[in-house]
Amino acid sequence: MTVLPTPARRCPPIFRFAGLLGAIALLAASQAGAYTVYVSNEKDNTISVIDGDSLEVVRTLEVGERPRGIVLSNDASRLYVCTSDDDHVETLELPGGRVLHTLPSGPDPELMALSADGERLYIANEDDNMVTVVDVGTREKVIEIPVGIEPEGIGLSPDGRLLVNTSETTNMAHFIDTETLEIVANVLVDTRPRVAQFTPDGSQVWVSSEIGGTVAVIDAVSHEILHTIEFEVPGLRPESIQPVGVAIADDGSDKVYVALGPSARVAVIDANSYEVEDYLLVGPRVWNLAFSPDRSRLFTTNGVSGDVSVIDLERLRVIKSVKVGRLPWGVVVAP
Amino acid sequence: MEAAARSTAPLLALSLSLVCAASLAADPVRVDIARVTRADQPPEPLSFLDLPVEDDGAEGALLGLEDNRTTGGFLGHEYEYENLAVPAGADLSAAVAALVEQGVDFLLLDLDAADLLVAAEAMQAAGQAAGQETGGPLGFNVRDQSDALRNERCRANLLHVVPSRAMRADALAQYLAWKRWDEVVLLTGRHAPDAAFAAALERAIERFGLEVVARADWTREPGARRTDSGHHTAQAEIPLFTRFEDHDVLLVADELDEFGEYLAYRSERPRPVAGTQGLVPTAWARTHEQWGATQIQRRFEKRAGRVMTPRDQAAWLAMRSIGEAVTRTASAAPGPAREFLLGPDFTLAGFKGVALTYRDWNGQLRQPILLSAPRMLVSVSPQDGFLHQSSELDTLGYDRPESACEAFR
Repeated sequence: MTVLPTPARRCPPIFRFAGLLGAIALLAASQAGAYTVYVSNEKDNTISVIDGDSLEVVRTLEVGERPRGIVLSNDASRLYVCTSDDDHVETLELPGGRVLHTLPSGPDPELMALSADGERLYIANEDDNMVTVVDVGTREKVIEIPVGIEPEGIGLSPDGRLLVNTSETTNMAHFIDTETLEIVANVLVDTRPRVAQFTPDGSQVWVSSEIGGTVAVIDAVSHEILHTIEFEVPGLRPESIQPVGVAIADDGSDKVYVALGPSARVAVIDANSYEVEDYLLVGPRVWNLAFSPDRSRLFTTNGVSGDVSVIDLERLRVIKSVKVGRLPWGVVVAP
Repeated sequence: MEAAARSTAPLLALSLSLVCAASLAADPVRVDIARVTRADQPPEPLSFLDLPVEDDGAEGALLGLEDNRTTGGFLGHEYEYENLAVPAGADLSAAVAALVEQGVDFLLLDLDAADLLVAAEAMQAAGQAAGQETGGPLGFNVRDQSDALRNERCRANLLHVVPSRAMRADALAQYLAWKRWDEVVLLTGRHAPDAAFAAALERAIERFGLEVVARADWTREPGARRTDSGHHTAQAEIPLFTRFEDHDVLLVADELDEFGEYLAYRSERPRPVAGTQGLVPTAWARTHEQWGATQIQRRFEKRAGRVMTPRDQAAWLAMRSIGEAVTRTASAAPGPAREFLLGPDFTLAGFKGVALTYRDWNGQLRQPILLSAPRMLVSVSPQDGFLHQSSELDTLGYDRPESACEAFR
C-alpha cells in the first residue's frame, strides 16, 4: 500500500544506499522530537506525509476512496481515515502506513473524534443523519445516534463527557452525553454548520457556519450562544468568506484560528474579546487546520491550490507552501 | 401523501428521544403547507435516453418536508402537508381557496404563469375573507420561468424559487463572453416559451457584448418522437437549416425539445450547441456534485428511486425556505415568514457554494446557475470578473434598477 517517493525508486544502488542513510537520519530526527504531518487528499485517495523539520512530503500513502476526516490514536501509533466513498474507516499503522483493517463506520463517514480513553470513535455519517459510535478494539458499532440532516462536524470536550455534532441542513449543534449517548441539547446556529471545537477548559464550543459566514461561541453548560463572530476582508465579496476549520490554541495564547474557505484566508481571533485581529493569506478553499506539537506552527489544507500552508504563529506569517495531492482535506500532526 | 406518512415513523421515534428539545417551545408551532399542480401526463422525451418523470417536483417537496420535519422534531415544530393535483380545466381558484380555508398558509405552486396569477389572486382573496392581517398565505413559484412574473406582473404574495429565463440566459451569455465566443446564431422553435427564451437570450447577448450573426425559426411539425429511421431525416434537414455565415456557437431556444437535440454533429459547420440543448444553463442537473450536492443527490435518489430534476430542486428549496423561516422566527404565520425571507438575516444552503437569498424588489431567489453538458458539469455562473456592487448573483436576471415590479415597493 505504501508508495515510496519516486526518486528512491529510480536511483542506482549507491544512491539508494544514500537514501537509506537519509531514512535512518530521518528516523533519528523523529526520535529527537521531530514531528509528522498527515494530510488526506480527497481527490487522490492518498495521505501525504510531511516531515515537520524539512517541511517536505516524505511519503504518500494509498488509502480507500475519498479520504476526508483523519484522527490519530492517543499514542500516535494508528491513523484513522474516513474513506467516505468506501463507507468505512480505515485504520493505518504508523509510522509504516499499512492499512491494518477497516472499521464499520456507517455510510459516508466524514469527520470523527476519538474518545479520551482511545476506545471509541464518534463518526458523523453525512448521508445517513446519524452519529455512529464504533468500538475501536472489537471493531463493532456500539450505537447509532439519530441527529439532524447531513451530520458533519464532531467535537469532543476535553474531559470526554460531551460530544457536539453539527448537521449541515438542519443548522444545529447537537450536544450528546457520551455516557448515556443521548442528545441533551440542540442549538440552532447559522446556515450550514461545519466544525465544532471545544475550548481547552471545556467551557465553550466554537461552531463554524460555512454559508452563514459566522462562528458561534456556545456556552457548553447553558447552551446559550455567547457571541457570533462575523468576518470582513476588504476587497473580498462576503459570499467568499466561508468559515470551516477551527483551531483553538491550548498554550495560553488565547488565540483561535478559523479557516475561511474560498477567501483563502485564516482569521486570527482573540479568544476573550472575540475580536478578529488578523487575516492571513493561505490558499483557496482552505478547509482544515492543525497545530504543531509545540504550538509554534499551524498547518492548513488548501483544497483548490492543492497545498498545505505552514504558518509561523509567532510572526503570524506563512513561511511555506507544501505541495500535496489533489484536494487536500483533513490534517493531523503526530508528535 | 403516502410517502410522507411513511417517512414520519422514524422521525416520531427521534422526537420521542428528544423530550428536552421539544419542551423548549412554549406553544406548539404547526405549519400547514400544500403543493398545487395540474394533473397532467409527462411528455414523451425526444431522447430515448430520458425516462418520463411521473412525479416531477412532488418528490423534491417530500424530501424538503422530511428535512423540515427533522429540524422541527428538535424544536417542537410540526409540518402538515398536502399535495393537490387539479385536473386540467377544473377550477383552480376554488381549489386554492378551499386549501386556504382549511388553514394552509404556505403554497408550493407548480403551475404555469397563467395559473400562478389565478392562484395568487385566490390566495389573496381567501386570506382577506379569513380576516388574516398579514395579507394571507404565501406562495412559492416552483415551476414558471416567465420574466413578466418577476417584473410588471409580479405579485406581493408570490416568491419565485425557479430562476427566470433572463437569469439562465445571462448565465450562459457570461460564459460565452468569458470564452470569447462572441458571434452566435439564434435558432427559435415554434412555441411561445421558445420565443420567450429567445428574447431572454437576445437581452443577454446585448448585455454581455455578444453579437447575433443570424437568426432562424424552426417551423417544422415535430411528428412522432419514436421512429425506426429518424436519423436519416435529421441528417438531411439540419445541414440545410444551419447554412449561416461563420459563427462561434449555435444558440437554440426549444423548450419543448422538438429539434434542438438534432443540431449537434449535424450542423453545416462544426460548432457547439448551447441554450435549451447542448450546453444548458439550469438551476439543477444530475451532473452537479460540488459543494455537497452529492449528498442531496444521493438522499433524493434513495428516497425517490430516480434522479432529482430542476422542478424537484425548486420544490425542495421552497420547502426549505419555509422551514428556515419557521425555525428562525419560531412562528408558522406567513406574514413574518415573508418578512424574514426578504430580509437580511435569511440565508439558505442550496448546495451552490454560496448562500441563497431572495431579492427584495421582486421576490426572486438568487442562485448560481449551472452550465451543464449532457454528461458533465462545464461551469457555474456568475463567471469571474462580472462584478456587482452588492451581490455578483445580481448580474443574472433583472437587477433592482431594471425591475418593473411594483408590488414589492
